[in-house]
Amino acid sequence: MTVFQSYPLYSIILAPLAGFVILFLFSSRLREKAAAAYLACLTSFVSFVFSIFAFLEIAGGKGGKILLQDLFTWFSILGFDIKFSLIMDNLSALMAVIVSGVSFLIHIYSLGYMGKDKDRTRFFSYLNLFVFFMLVLVLASNPLFMFVGWEGVGLCSYLLIGFWYENIENAAAGKKAFITNRIGDAFFIVGLLILASFAASKGGSLEFLWMKENIPSIAAGDTAVLSALSLAAVLMFLGATGKSAQFPLYVWLPDAMAGPTPVSALIHAATMVTAGIYMVSRMFFLYQLSPLAMEIILYTASFTSILAAIIACLQSDIKKILAYSTISQLGYMFLGAGSGIYQAAMFHLVTHAFFKALLFLAAGSVIHALGGVQDIFKMGGLRDKIKYTFLLTAAGWLAICGLPPFSGFYSKDFIIETVWMSGHKWVWAISVFTAALTAYYMTRMFKIAFFGKTGEAAAHAHESPVSMLWPMTALAFLSAFSGLFSANFFSFLSLESVHEHIPFMIAKAPLIAALLGLAAGFYLTREKISSYWENKLPLLRKIIAGKFYLDEIYEFMVLKPLDFFSQKIVFSLIDRKVIDSFMVEGPALFFNGFGNIARKAQNGDLSFYALVLVLTAALAAAYAIRAVL
Amino acid sequence: MISLNMLSLSLILFSISAAVFLLRRNMFIMLMALELGLNSAGMAAAHFALTNSQTEPVIWALLFFAIAAAEAAIGLALLIMISRKFSTLNSDEIKELKG
Repeated sequence: MTVFQSYPLYSIILAPLAGFVILFLFSSRLREKAAAAYLACLTSFVSFVFSIFAFLEIAGGKGGKILLQDLFTWFSILGFDIKFSLIMDNLSALMAVIVSGVSFLIHIYSLGYMGKDKDRTRFFSYLNLFVFFMLVLVLASNPLFMFVGWEGVGLCSYLLIGFWYENIENAAAGKKAFITNRIGDAFFIVGLLILASFAASKGGSLEFLWMKENIPSIAAGDTAVLSALSLAAVLMFLGATGKSAQFPLYVWLPDAMAGPTPVSALIHAATMVTAGIYMVSRMFFLYQLSPLAMEIILYTASFTSILAAIIACLQSDIKKILAYSTISQLGYMFLGAGSGIYQAAMFHLVTHAFFKALLFLAAGSVIHALGGVQDIFKMGGLRDKIKYTFLLTAAGWLAICGLPPFSGFYSKDFIIETVWMSGHKWVWAISVFTAALTAYYMTRMFKIAFFGKTGEAAAHAHESPVSMLWPMTALAFLSAFSGLFSANFFSFLSLESVHEHIPFMIAKAPLIAALLGLAAGFYLTREKISSYWENKLPLLRKIIAGKFYLDEIYEFMVLKPLDFFSQKIVFSLIDRKVIDSFMVEGPALFFNGFGNIARKAQNGDLSFYALVLVLTAALAAAYAIRAVL
Repeated sequence: MISLNMLSLSLILFSISAAVFLLRRNMFIMLMALELGLNSAGMAAAHFALTNSQTEPVIWALLFFAIAAAEAAIGLALLIMISRKFSTLNSDEIKELKG
């Protein structure tokens, strides 16, 4: 393990930042210029190229090469330094390449998708800012610096969800995403503080390198330390449930689909929402110490994946289906981490970044083709109208369903195997069932949108421009074939090949489940069958279509009491009554009333004044005489 | 004995001055009453100078003259201005300044 200090890692994050600054400062001047969009694409391409260089630097070196660059010390408390430094090891090299690569493709796609938007300069400046913060998150060498990026991507997510802010619902969705994430972030901060106080008390630092090297040996056998670290790990995972949309904080992600589709693809499918998985993988030395945290991750992920998959089955908005599917797939990733092999999670993260970005971009292409229609029941028969998009979607569809040789098959299969090997049989069964559900709802969406009779909105569909098609093509190739490199991937992340004997039926179960789900997807959406099932099980349908009423439950349990407390107690009582009426207006009223009485004395009558003067003098004299006597 | 009479005279003069000051409404007369009051105080000071054989009360009495002179000068000037503005010196009719 050798650490190189001199590699200029800042080159990776600098270009998008520069792009953002230029676009932001000159946004009014660049508003009508296409150059703004090209500049944004260029900066993300630059950081992609530098990421590739750094990646090759690491991949070329034998025996674990780590690039580290200290930028400057952020602050220092009693010798405990918090540095702004960038680190690139195998994990962050991989992530940086994926992030910058997918970002670049989606920038290109946005050229076509956002080409006619009047605010596209603002759009591209936010997109560049997002790439910057995401790369900071990936390359940060300590969790606090990582948190800077973590918050930064949350900000960009908020800005981009509410990008079309003229529509109040979009702005509300942005706020919901931001606030829900804040709840998770609060846990994250507490976890971070526990970790920092632990590191400070041991005379160490918050750097990942130090912690990875020293925490296992310090914590070994010390129950108090172990339980504190375990608590930190659990709290940081709760932070990840916000960012990575896990139960119970996933509710913001479906609403986040209000943003432009490239944003959904980049931020809410491929990169930002995987930050939680990346964080857990980064801190895996910590999670390995805590069986409790692992169990919590495993069960949360399992529950989330099946819950989201069930909800996705009855959605009709193409982007909402993909959003719930993303939540479910993020659950899969956490399953991999929770069952002890973070490399499985990372592998699924990568393949998911490809095929889910592809699916979102394809959905964007469909929406673009239909002039803004998102309801799959209004599509129908798109197969012949937009042939190229259809083929690309098919690649993404097969990948997410998990059919070989598409990438989703390898990554999902490996995660399900990992769960089996960790011994959680019930979780395994749920994950297999979720695989079937995944295949079902994706097939349902695919079939309803592209096959059958031409829908009402599909009559005048037109194919998207080339700038949108070729990033999708690149992603389609990646989602089709990246799974074949799983062996290289796992050796790059230094996972020794796990060869445990798995019964044939268990090993093949995910594939069989996927095929069954696929068949069900085609069978149940046939007109006769679906109209037969239309009126059956009304209660169940209602609950699932209502998304298990989780939003309503939150509304009732959190928002209503909070609203009551704020409105009735804090506002009406404390602010209006106590502060405004009593403390602000009270003194004014008092002096006003007293003045009203006292001004009677000033009546303008000279003889009255004279009388008062004389009487006062007499009183003073009487007092003086009494004092003397 | 003489000195006691002086103090009595001072008291009588002060009483007259106060009564006139309170009862009359003509501001010119009221000013005159104030002058009288000041002079009664000067007389009391003279009384104490005589009875205690001190010089300090004499200084006081001299100061009273100075104050009375200044007061007469300013007061008369004010009265002229008031009489020009209101065409009267009756204090009951001049009540512009009230709260």
